[in-house]
Amino acid sequence: MMNRLKQFLISNSVPIVFVGLSALAIPISGYSAGYLVQEMITRLARNSFLVLSLLIPIMAGMGLNFGMVLGAMAGQIGLIFAINWSVVGIPGLVLASLISMPIAVFLGFVCGNVLNRAKGREMVTSYILGFFTNGVYQFVVLYAMGNILPVTSPQLILSRGYGIRNAVTLTGLRLALDRAMNFQFKLGDFTVNMPIGTFLLIGVFCLFILWFRGTKLGQDMRAIGQDMAAADSAGIAVERTRVIAIIISTVLAAFGQVIFLQNIGTMNTYNSHEQTGMFSIAALLIGGATISKASISNVFIGVTLFHLMFVVSPTAGKELIGQAQLGEYFRVFVSYGIIAAALVLHAWKRLRERQASRRGLRGETQG
Amino acid sequence: MDRLKNFIEDFGWPRIIIGIFLLCLFITAPFVGVRVGTSISDTLVRVGMNGVLVLAMVPMVQSGCGLNFGLPLGIIAGLLGATTSVQFGMKGLLGILFAFSIAIPLGLAFGFLYAQILNRVKGEEMMIATYVGFSSVALMCMAWLLLPFSSPVMIWGYGGSGLRTTISTDGFWNHVLSDFMSVQAGSFYFPTGMFLFFVLMLTVVWAFFRTKTGTAMTAVGSNPEFARASGIDVDRMRTISVMLSTALGAIGIIVYQQSFGFIQLYMGPLYMAFPAVAAILLGGASVNKASITNVVVGTFLFQGILTMTPSVINNLIKTDMSEVIRIIVSNGMILYALTRKTRVKR
Repeated sequence: MMNRLKQFLISNSVPIVFVGLSALAIPISGYSAGYLVQEMITRLARNSFLVLSLLIPIMAGMGLNFGMVLGAMAGQIGLIFAINWSVVGIPGLVLASLISMPIAVFLGFVCGNVLNRAKGREMVTSYILGFFTNGVYQFVVLYAMGNILPVTSPQLILSRGYGIRNAVTLTGLRLALDRAMNFQFKLGDFTVNMPIGTFLLIGVFCLFILWFRGTKLGQDMRAIGQDMAAADSAGIAVERTRVIAIIISTVLAAFGQVIFLQNIGTMNTYNSHEQTGMFSIAALLIGGATISKASISNVFIGVTLFHLMFVVSPTAGKELIGQAQLGEYFRVFVSYGIIAAALVLHAWKRLRERQASRRGLRGETQG
Repeated sequence: MDRLKNFIEDFGWPRIIIGIFLLCLFITAPFVGVRVGTSISDTLVRVGMNGVLVLAMVPMVQSGCGLNFGLPLGIIAGLLGATTSVQFGMKGLLGILFAFSIAIPLGLAFGFLYAQILNRVKGEEMMIATYVGFSSVALMCMAWLLLPFSSPVMIWGYGGSGLRTTISTDGFWNHVLSDFMSVQAGSFYFPTGMFLFFVLMLTVVWAFFRTKTGTAMTAVGSNPEFARASGIDVDRMRTISVMLSTALGAIGIIVYQQSFGFIQLYMGPLYMAFPAVAAILLGGASVNKASITNVVVGTFLFQGILTMTPSVINNLIKTDMSEVIRIIVSNGMILYALTRKTRVKR
């Protein structure tokens, strides 16, 4: 019993620390329960889909897919076209998703193949690939759109005649999904909005992941994640399967970005996607996931805890030290720090395992 | 023909393309009304500014710790040195020497701690280095707000505490290295002092890699198993290389600031590792091999492109695409190095 409790505490240490931090910060910030519940519901609806898109590459042993920003860019291109043709409401979002899909498939295909050339350093490569593609994205959006690509809406195009504006208001698309099936309930004297439609979509996605794990492809991915060489000798097409894992993740990230932006309501054409990767990955890790193991519950716990800290820390910082800026920096520090810590712990564990197996070969018992 | 093919394979397509691109820029420059003298001296100034930061990559690459994406850590040590020097009102050569004397020990200390992390994560250094760099920048953001600096030129006018985001080095040690024996001929300006300093640093690192420790370090980078078998303490060599890299980063940022004229705090150092990484790769380094020549060639090519593209492309097509080109070139270069199949397995 004691042992199992200890095991539980160790394997869930990260979420527990964050629960503790939030428990300290919430009373200091002085936010009402209703407000916080509303914020958490909104942010769960907004971010869960993006974070869920990270699960499949982890299953395939490719680590955290920093290349999900590629999908986010595809999603934004989809939204630009939906706005350009002024298709509003749910059809607009569907159109945006449909346009972003082939782009995301293509980018995912490229990303997967690049990562196959960099086995063992997938994360840093996908990370740099994100920056590289950002350059290409800027070229397309800032120079090609309105010039070569048929984007004409004055709402989108810069006054110089081509290129997309820095901030695009998603008129007609804003909250289209969230408000489609909205459910209101009272909590104290605070009316909480619950976007049922978005949660249904997220639920479907969770079911998809559960189903996918059981399929032949999903099993192949798990085998590759366990041991790439063994999977290869068992006749699994390792490289092809890895590419498929990244394509699925990229496409889902594109949909996730569409959902994310319809909730925000404005798109920062040149910045929105940049933070997507970092925030999603930090959220997943705070939920207790590791580089090699992540579950659906990690996603929801992580998004809740990460965003609780996100909402609370600036105010808490202000109340404590009198500077809201300090709280802002604190949450930036936590997002970066948690990723660094997770990476270090994972790599350290792997190194120790490698050393232990080497010692085993030498026949030493203690060392 | 075969030799040409071999050469191209050795040198790598991206470098050749970028080299030719830069050459084209210099050739077209006079025709589109860009003054070549100014362009060349701009390029040279930027080479001097960034050279030491690029050099900071060498020790870690050589010892097999990979590309030093954790450069911000060294930069932070440099920033602490620079701000302390300004706080005490140190001026001129004395000021910059004082900044160095604070920054170098701090850099060595940070490097030591950083190496303790990196020695436990062999094989995944680069990603971890990136995030260790990022989180230390964020941690320092809080520190800049809270540290007890009081010099009125550095803290926010209102509130009376917390450092400003940019601090001018003007009146302290602005251009002390650059202007030492500098040459000014019309629009052409050559920062002799800064280059002398850069050459000094290059020589120090070059000489270091010829000592016993330096050779051992290279051995660790080329083949850690072999190095261990021949009695070299791998972890110790890696620690020394990380300390050296971090201290060079600290020196590099101070050289950068005295030429740039400003100390940039808070999120300023966040992405500073990427241009330096791209530059050394452009110069022909790979993920586990780098030389002094790579530093010089790479810095010149990279800064040449950064200086020439805005002016030439702007005049040519009346559009400023320099930012996009910079992003694609620098990250493309890093991507190429990461995905290149290493012929000799280490």
